[in-house]
Amino acid sequence: MFHLVREPIDVERIRDALVRPEDGAVAVFQGVVRNHARGRRVTAIEYHAYESMALRKLEEIGARARTEFAIREIAIVHRLGRLEPTEASVAIVVVSAHRAAAFDSCRFAIDTLKKIVPIWKKEIYEGGEVWIEGGN
Amino acid sequence: MTIRVLFFASLADATGMREAEVDPGLHPDVASVFTEFARKFPKLEAHRASLLYALNSEFVAPDAAVSDGDEVAFLPPVSGG
Repeated sequence: MFHLVREPIDVERIRDALVRPEDGAVAVFQGVVRNHARGRRVTAIEYHAYESMALRKLEEIGARARTEFAIREIAIVHRLGRLEPTEASVAIVVVSAHRAAAFDSCRFAIDTLKKIVPIWKKEIYEGGEVWIEGGN
Repeated sequence: MTIRVLFFASLADATGMREAEVDPGLHPDVASVFTEFARKFPKLEAHRASLLYALNSEFVAPDAAVSDGDEVAFLPPVSGG
């Protein structure tokens, strides 16, 4: 399950869609909008994507995670548009028989996403806004 | 020959547009398409060193050849997640 969405991410729904009786672990990672960055107060973050390529890259990360880790399934959902602090910008859900592979592949997926998926954030402050490019 | 060119994030701000259709001329590669735009929009030049090129939704090297109907995208370093 790989999606770009504009509404809040419903992690419970993703989890329920993925988990099966043979699974012994569900690992969930959420990236969340933080109210401060680079010494400034962040009021919101706007996420923009090259959508067709971003989806393709999310699928590629999922395929690599399934090949490299002993997991059964993985979902990655990234939100686009304007988000406020505490809202999740990305959710990764992994189901597997055992916990180690679930934790490890979750970490792999978010680290790889931050390097190769064409999504950009613009930080909005009280007195302005700045594109953040790279630095992940 | 016509190609579609996409600009993202600060590159869209630098050009004032998100996409364009252009005829890139004879034997173009993705870097030469960028050079053409940088001539029109000098602010783009500062981005060249950190730029990533995509051709039809896949990362490519600067010398990747462009064909009719292709979609070329200029990508600043990504910052999703």
